[in-house]
Amino acid sequence: MAEMTYLQAISDGLRVEMRRDKRVFVIGEDVGVYGGAFKVTLGFQEEFGSWRVIDAPLSETAIVGSCTGAAIMGMRPVAEMQFADFISCAWDQLVTVAAKQRYRAGTPVPIVVRLPSGGGFSGGPFHSQNPESSFAHIAGLKVVCPATPEDAKGLLITAIEDPNPVLYFEHKHLYRRLKAEVPEERYTVPFGKARVHREGDDLTVVTWGAMVHTADEAANALEGDGVSVEILDLRTLIPWDKKAVLESAEKTSKVLVLHEDTRTGGFGGEIAATIAEEAFENLDAPIVRIAAPDTPVPFSPPLEKAFIPQVEDVVKGLKELAEY
Amino acid sequence: MATTEAVDVVMPQMGVSVSEGTITKWLKQVGEQIEADESLLEISTDKVDTEVPSPASGVVTQILVQEGETVDVGTKLAVIGGEAGAPAEAPAAEPEPQAAEEVAQPAETPAVEPAPQPEPEPAPAAAASPAEAQQNGKSFVSPVVARIASEHNVDVSSVPGTGRGGRVTKKDILDFVESGPPAAPPQEAPPAAPPQEAPPAAPEPAPAPAAPEPAPAPAPAAEAPPKPSPAPAPEPVAATAGEQLEPMNAMRRGIAEHMRRSLDTAAHVTSAIEVDMSRVVDIRNKLKPEYQKTYGVNPTYLIFVARAVVETLKKYPWINGEIRGEQIVTRPWVNLGFAVELAEGKGLIVPVVKHAEGLNLLGMAQAVTDIAERARNKKLTPDEVQGGTFTITNPGGYGTFHGTPVISQPQAGILGTYALVKRPWVVQDSFGKDVIAIRPIMNITLTYDHRLVDGALAGRFLKDLKEALESWDEVAY
Repeated sequence: MAEMTYLQAISDGLRVEMRRDKRVFVIGEDVGVYGGAFKVTLGFQEEFGSWRVIDAPLSETAIVGSCTGAAIMGMRPVAEMQFADFISCAWDQLVTVAAKQRYRAGTPVPIVVRLPSGGGFSGGPFHSQNPESSFAHIAGLKVVCPATPEDAKGLLITAIEDPNPVLYFEHKHLYRRLKAEVPEERYTVPFGKARVHREGDDLTVVTWGAMVHTADEAANALEGDGVSVEILDLRTLIPWDKKAVLESAEKTSKVLVLHEDTRTGGFGGEIAATIAEEAFENLDAPIVRIAAPDTPVPFSPPLEKAFIPQVEDVVKGLKELAEY
Repeated sequence: MATTEAVDVVMPQMGVSVSEGTITKWLKQVGEQIEADESLLEISTDKVDTEVPSPASGVVTQILVQEGETVDVGTKLAVIGGEAGAPAEAPAAEPEPQAAEEVAQPAETPAVEPAPQPEPEPAPAAAASPAEAQQNGKSFVSPVVARIASEHNVDVSSVPGTGRGGRVTKKDILDFVESGPPAAPPQEAPPAAPPQEAPPAAPEPAPAPAAPEPAPAPAPAAEAPPKPSPAPAPEPVAATAGEQLEPMNAMRRGIAEHMRRSLDTAAHVTSAIEVDMSRVVDIRNKLKPEYQKTYGVNPTYLIFVARAVVETLKKYPWINGEIRGEQIVTRPWVNLGFAVELAEGKGLIVPVVKHAEGLNLLGMAQAVTDIAERARNKKLTPDEVQGGTFTITNPGGYGTFHGTPVISQPQAGILGTYALVKRPWVVQDSFGKDVIAIRPIMNITLTYDHRLVDGALAGRFLKDLKEALESWDEVAY
């Protein structure tokens, strides 16, 4: 085991796969000479050469398009969007081509698109979004949202191995804030298997990404009141671990769904609806959603704080649910 | 208006906490004609016994649940109209439903729209009074609580709630199931229960389809009504020679459970006081002709006592209160329950006069007459037997002079009124000397939950009540 930040764990996972599998290569804006906007690929060009660590022009369409072509030809490309927000430029390549290729022609498209996402550092409306639900809606894509260094490495390796296009949402706010023991050897973390971040009996929080840690702090705050909160870290949204969510809902009968993405059309709605459909007779309270309001992400630090669900918001929601 | 399409009759939802009901009697049999809103059957739940009106006019084509059987709310009980049913039990004979339909078509028959639901559910009032708001909070049952209640045959309204507005939470009901009384058996019919009702007398001949008559005549049942199919019994109870077995009905099971639970919950203590009712007797004699002639109600002694109790309770909110979890609940209103005996000593029900604090003597007399009558005629709605804050029982009608009634949970007390007896009584004459007079004396008991109400408080309550009755103020009351 070695202590790694969330960011180092992503680098480590990528390096392990590139060393192991010559088909794996990296492409993105400034990923080579500069080592990536956030330095995930720092030193990669030196180790793997410029043919496997490719600086691309400022065209997300070209990046995802070339990855799709390379994947069809048998490669295992890992694309980096400098910010997850920019993936909208590549929508057509991703949604129309990559996501449907397997269905139309039977050819697998094993690409990974790394998406530095999330706010909390005054990045404003173009550098702070969490667009995971947009892609969770597209059949043919997989959506991954690691919350811990260990998962960041294991899920990235699984994503590279997976024969489908995988969107890998790495949360910028966690990059250097999270540090934990991570196995040095290669390992995988399965898709569709939630992680019980915290065991509890009274309430369930279903969440993913950076919000796992917000939920954890909120749960600490409620511990003094004798309220025991269970936190499920979904880890992957497509596929998502319905079984674990329903089991926890059955146990606590009170569920709060938390995400940093905006509320309307957020993936929390899908989870809430599924619980209502399949665990209705186990519910003791309405399912509660806490999410960002339906606006662009503000620049202003106080406004951004009001926008992103804070620990206090979650504490309030959990208390209300406990008292219901 | 008769129906040509089959209309289902289902077990109605008799209040939110009721999940099942027992068919006590079919008032119509297969093949008989019924009008919309005419009573089709009698059902019994653990709250009330009631009649279920027909949702439509037509011929009873199928009866699917037999007398004595207990089924869940929403279960299909019978079919009105449509093609005669296929089930083997149903008589497959004449008349065709069309015959009955033509009978019902003439204009003389009042056109009655088929009611959309067999039983009007008590609709939540738009502007809820405090009592109703409280009731709503207490009575909302979440899906998981409903499921657990049904699995363990628990009446949710009897579970103390700690959730928002007194709502019963999952934890509350789990705790209740774990520590509460054992659940009653879900089925009551013993093996080989005989049919409770004899087949109807020889049916009248059916009217010819071509000759419509204004009065819908009962259509003939070709055979005796189907015999009740034996319901599965939980465990057979053995009777030794000479003993008779009789199934407990839902009401008896409910009473048994509630009485046992109340004694297990409250610390029952009874205090008694003797009240000189001379003044009340005088006033009653004066009021009686007017009350009976003008309003058709009888100002009984019970009414006077009830009125005085409501006034006195205002000063003793804890006696009108309850213990809920770790909290003491008090309220500014009095929902007064009255224990009413049903026919043949076969049951007891406690209808509640809501907001009794707003009623004067006449209003109280009218309210009590109304609920007592409807209790005996099985016309109470489930909500009329819930939400009581204090109860009066009157066993004095048979001459008893003392008793120790059981508190209706979760209330804190129950008042007993006993026979009015002329007794030699020491009073003071106009010179201040003690003399013995003949006075109408009534014993009154207060049985209270000593967890909440102490003896001194109960004593003061009884003293105030006695004073209110002995110095009855006609203007104030």
